[in-house]
Amino acid sequence: MRNEMSLRFSAKSENESFARVTVASFIAQLDPTMDELTEIKTVVSEAVTNAIIHGYENNPEGMVYISVQLEDGLVRMTIKDEGIGIQNLDEARMPLYTTKPELERSGMGFTIMENFMDEVEIETDENHGTIIHLTKFLTKNKALSH
Amino acid sequence: MSLGIDLEIKGNVLCIRLEGELDHHTSGQLRAQVEEALDRNQIKHIVMNLEQLKFMDSSGLGVILGRYKRIKNAGGEMVVCAISPSVKRLFEMSGMFKIIRLEENEAFALRNLGVA
Repeated sequence: MRNEMSLRFSAKSENESFARVTVASFIAQLDPTMDELTEIKTVVSEAVTNAIIHGYENNPEGMVYISVQLEDGLVRMTIKDEGIGIQNLDEARMPLYTTKPELERSGMGFTIMENFMDEVEIETDENHGTIIHLTKFLTKNKALSH
Repeated sequence: MSLGIDLEIKGNVLCIRLEGELDHHTSGQLRAQVEEALDRNQIKHIVMNLEQLKFMDSSGLGVILGRYKRIKNAGGEMVVCAISPSVKRLFEMSGMFKIIRLEENEAFALRNLGVA
């Protein structure tokens, strides 16, 4: 059974909570564990915060796009911005690396995404934006496939 | 859901009790309130009680690290207590426990800093 949804919202920090709670309530139908839900909420928060702070450099005119597909215990999420893109992806993915230390960014966003998801793919294009593809297999489904 | 911030000064320790969600949006309020308390009072150490914190992401790590740096530069210590398993994972992932001490609860944390 396949099910999908998409969201489009202004790049405002007020919407970070809205985004993660909305995605979590959509995924709840697959009966994930509490840990899995927390992991997904954290990852959505990281990607949306990146879009707002880095992609759009806090310009609230920007829009953030999230789409989620559910299929047999598999969660696929895409989080997209049309901002400035990531100049150096290898550096961005390094733990504790940040381009904005003055904003007290911890530099852990991508590291958290990679730890909490099964697959993380990043497409980025300078001046066109960034698309992050995130995939997670829920444990119930993992148990079935083994 | 937003972030509730309760600040209390006990001796030379600033106790920060958080309730709700600590993310990029709410981290600014926390930073501003704690900085103000540190500016206005003679504070040496910080104890962060996260017992009622329901959610935290890397923005929370950033703001905690920022306050750690300030207190450390002044010769103090930062102690975090009552953290949930998910917050603990974020701390472990980022190596925060190498610099920030973890205590089971606020009473232990205060006692070990010499405040009854």
